[in-house]
Amino acid sequence: MRFAKTIAAASVLAVASMTLGTAVMAAPSQLTLWTHAAGNPAELKIIQQISTDFNASQSKYKVVIKKFPQADYNESVVAAAASKSLPDILDLDGPNMPNWAWGKYIQPITVPAATLKKFLPGTQGVYNGKLYSLGLYDAAAGIFARKSVLEKAGVRVPTVAKPWTGAEFDAALATFKKSGDFKYSIDMGTGWSGEWWPYGFSPFLQSFGGDLINRSNYTTAEGTLNGAAALKWGKWFQGLFTKGYVNPKETGGREAFLNGDAALQFNGNWAATDAYKKFGSDLLFLPTPDFGRGPKIGTSSWQWGVSSTTKNAAGANAWINFATKDKYLVQFSNAIGLIPATAAAAAKSILYKKGSPYEVFPTLSAKFGLKRPPTPAYPIIAKAFEKAGTDIMNGADVQGALDAAVDTIGADLAANKNYKK
Amino acid sequence: MTQLKSGRPKHRMSALKRAEAHFGRLAILPALILILVFLVTPTLLAFGLSVFNARLVSPNPPEFVGLDNFSRLLSVDFRVIDAIKDDAGHLLKDEAGAFTFPTTRAIQTGVDILHRKGELLSWTIDGGTRKAIILAGDPLFWKSLWNTTIFVLIVVPIQAGIALGLALFVNIKRRGANFFRTIIFIPVVTSMIVISILWLFMYQKEGLINSLLSSFIPGYVPVDWLGNPDTALGAIIFMSIWQAVGFHMIIWLSGLQTIAGELYEAAKIDGANAIQRFTNVTWPGLKNTRIFVLITITIAAFGLFAQVNVMTKGGPLDSTTTLVYQAFLAAYGRQQMGYGSTIAVVFFVIVLVVSLVQRFLTRDKD
Amino acid sequence: MRIFKSILRKLKLGGVFYWLFGTLITLIFAFPMIFMMVSSLKPDQQIFVDLKSFQAFIPAGDVSIQNYENVFKQVPVFTFLLNSAVTSAIVVALGLVVNSLAGFALSRVSWKGQGIVLGLLIAMLMVPFETIAIPMVYLVSKLPWVGLESGSLIFKEGMMNSFEVQILPFVASAFSIFLFVQYFKSIPKELDEAALIDGASWFTIYRRVIMPLAGPAFATCAILNFLPIWNAYLWPIMVIQEENLRPVQVGLQYFFQMNVQWGEIMAYTTIITLPVLVLFVAFQRAFVASIASSGVKG
Repeated sequence: MRFAKTIAAASVLAVASMTLGTAVMAAPSQLTLWTHAAGNPAELKIIQQISTDFNASQSKYKVVIKKFPQADYNESVVAAAASKSLPDILDLDGPNMPNWAWGKYIQPITVPAATLKKFLPGTQGVYNGKLYSLGLYDAAAGIFARKSVLEKAGVRVPTVAKPWTGAEFDAALATFKKSGDFKYSIDMGTGWSGEWWPYGFSPFLQSFGGDLINRSNYTTAEGTLNGAAALKWGKWFQGLFTKGYVNPKETGGREAFLNGDAALQFNGNWAATDAYKKFGSDLLFLPTPDFGRGPKIGTSSWQWGVSSTTKNAAGANAWINFATKDKYLVQFSNAIGLIPATAAAAAKSILYKKGSPYEVFPTLSAKFGLKRPPTPAYPIIAKAFEKAGTDIMNGADVQGALDAAVDTIGADLAANKNYKK
Repeated sequence: MTQLKSGRPKHRMSALKRAEAHFGRLAILPALILILVFLVTPTLLAFGLSVFNARLVSPNPPEFVGLDNFSRLLSVDFRVIDAIKDDAGHLLKDEAGAFTFPTTRAIQTGVDILHRKGELLSWTIDGGTRKAIILAGDPLFWKSLWNTTIFVLIVVPIQAGIALGLALFVNIKRRGANFFRTIIFIPVVTSMIVISILWLFMYQKEGLINSLLSSFIPGYVPVDWLGNPDTALGAIIFMSIWQAVGFHMIIWLSGLQTIAGELYEAAKIDGANAIQRFTNVTWPGLKNTRIFVLITITIAAFGLFAQVNVMTKGGPLDSTTTLVYQAFLAAYGRQQMGYGSTIAVVFFVIVLVVSLVQRFLTRDKD
Repeated sequence: MRIFKSILRKLKLGGVFYWLFGTLITLIFAFPMIFMMVSSLKPDQQIFVDLKSFQAFIPAGDVSIQNYENVFKQVPVFTFLLNSAVTSAIVVALGLVVNSLAGFALSRVSWKGQGIVLGLLIAMLMVPFETIAIPMVYLVSKLPWVGLESGSLIFKEGMMNSFEVQILPFVASAFSIFLFVQYFKSIPKELDEAALIDGASWFTIYRRVIMPLAGPAFATCAILNFLPIWNAYLWPIMVIQEENLRPVQVGLQYFFQMNVQWGEIMAYTTIITLPVLVLFVAFQRAFVASIASSGVKG
């Protein structure tokens, strides 16, 4: 009991000193900044550097960083909104932006047109014609392969100008499977749940001619997510598993390609460095195949926004604009491997400068990149698509699974009057 | 206290009673206040949401929708439909030679999307020319209820029984008992994330469990335990019992300590063997512990969530989805707080009814 | 002859079965811990390669303490451990008092309405935490509460971002109260009556008669109530915004960025699991101690 008392006393003291600590600072307005990068020291360091530089550059505002782990960052933000304790500046996963804009978590931001012009389209979070968020880097996906493996199997190396056709890709998968050299033809990332499914796999659906929602009005997915093109996609996707090309029970480690169990890997550029370390110049980054409407890949990674409850919107906007300097964009890219938001920064970055093996990613993003649909219904669409995708993978009737997803999305749109209010 | 001294026995009795009641209310007060503030109030708030269309993220205030959420969750419908005929009136057949039927959506044309139902179960009748279908407003709810019920029915008796056996084993006064007790408790304290990744691998087709089984059983065909809808729930059940059995062993163990050693001595002197000592001394002596274990295991089993959320996300093909998982998915995944609360209310009522039945069956019969 | 037989039975046969069964149990229950510790010494890729065979349980190959070094570099381990230790120690200590008193009031003292209270408590066990989390966040952000500002006590709104928000909601535990109720019921009523005749107050009965006999119940509640606080995740994710107030399980999520660092996860979970086991070993002695104190021989 004495021990417990001591601990209790100590904790009261600790709390007291902390409250004191924050109360003393008063002169510049404090801006609280939230980031999901608690588990990414390299990224965090740059955010800290930007904030330190920003604080030193002027005397009106002082940015204080609070960091969160990525896994349930959205729950932290939702709880903060429920308890009216949102910060001034926060980062957010690109496709979630319209939901939070509609829910009045965030407000439009002001970035000069001259700056914005230089930023990749995937980094600009536009909803209802207004800019709500801006990313300092962008993600792209591609197929990772080994030159030696393709040569041995006699598979053509595809290029941005002449990507694999769907039939070529399927033939390649069949060749790898038949060769007996690999357990699986390709590691698709089935062990990742959540956002990977719509980010990674809905572009294949789009290449077939389907989509997550009808983008002309964002009020229905009927015929788009369950039409003839979507059905073709679903049958193809299911075939990957029934033919044994892909392991439906991968683990989150994505180790199959690296340790030689899978001939290819479909992954994002954030994983490029691990693969490059392992295979060096034997490694190839290839465009995804063209199933009719050209190759498609997802864009938009984490972006910065300003909360709607901030008392210092001007200061929050000033921080975001301060962070758009090319030198920070270069640092981000060098540290975490994603594409710098501007071409100028890309030219100066280690990974994406001319002649580097990663150079292809900005091209892939620019030529084939497609944003996930910017609608407040996106989180629901994402869940519905993930459910349909996993059900199809596990052998469900394709049409039935897609119809169910369309119904889930339709019911949500109807219950929210198409998110018009 | 003054009344105590008054000397009249009736007064003294009632004064004593009053002091007793006074102490009782005082002693319960701290716990009661904390529970009312931190548990009962949010529960009432959450349950209240079940009659609103409340959203997790929304600029609009929640609208009162009455029992709409409940009717969508619980509604079921039974239909018998005919196979599709061509213009000439002949029954159409598919490639496999079976008659074809309109889809679930096709038989509900005109029904607005908020009231459209999904197929829960169907079977063909009249030689395959007609099909009986059970439609449900939320088929996943019924699948979850089914899975949860199976889970409870298997886990409760087996886990309670194994836990008791282990408690008896580690209650033996011998060297090593403390060690074994700690070993059995290991899965309880190990991170669920670590346990899940380990079992994910062990359950794989090339995993340890299959290689172990094939070395013992000749001609054994490996099973993808978590990837197969027929075995996934069983795999979750096995792993759950293994993980939590140490928790209930501890509770049984504390119950075993309440049985006076003299009773065992007396039974030994009477010449009772080990089995007789168990049925005549141990089992009756564990009555209160038994009720506690039964009720808490049942409630915990109904609340199955963590393993499912980490290992299967309810799949494959909804074979491991559970009520709490669906409530969680509705509220956080699909942002329908109101509907998630509706599932929680129904869940609460089901568990309450089961517990009341258990309470009634285990009541003091004297 | 008889002595010989009994020695044989005691030492050989019974002993053989005891140790055989014990070994079996050790194999069945200890392997996740062994896997975790062994893997914490291996690089990520080797963990997965080894998982295909019994290699997973053998510390061989590229073994190093690199993962541990990374963990300490990446996460304020000691802060998280201290926060969890403080929070759970206070919850357990306060909880034992509050819940045992409540259990006593519900099992050995009679007063009007106790049936309803007990029913309410058991009903609260049936509410899944996930479904009330958001209303709870809303509630704790609105509750009037006291705080220290500039050295003086003030009233404020809400208790977000504090130790108390991680402690107060979990002190009273329906599970513990119910366990105490069932345990106290097993202690003969005559003890209370005898004490009452001796002029003892009800508090004295609770403190001097019942508590000494209920060691195993206290030990059980201490162990079992410690676990949910040590494992708390969703709640601190929602109500704690300051890193220096976070508990250990939130720290675990630091290793789940896009590329999951399994080696570090194994090292970190080893670090946060060992204290719990040590505590368990310490607390379970109460099961032995109480038997001795009540004068019962095994």
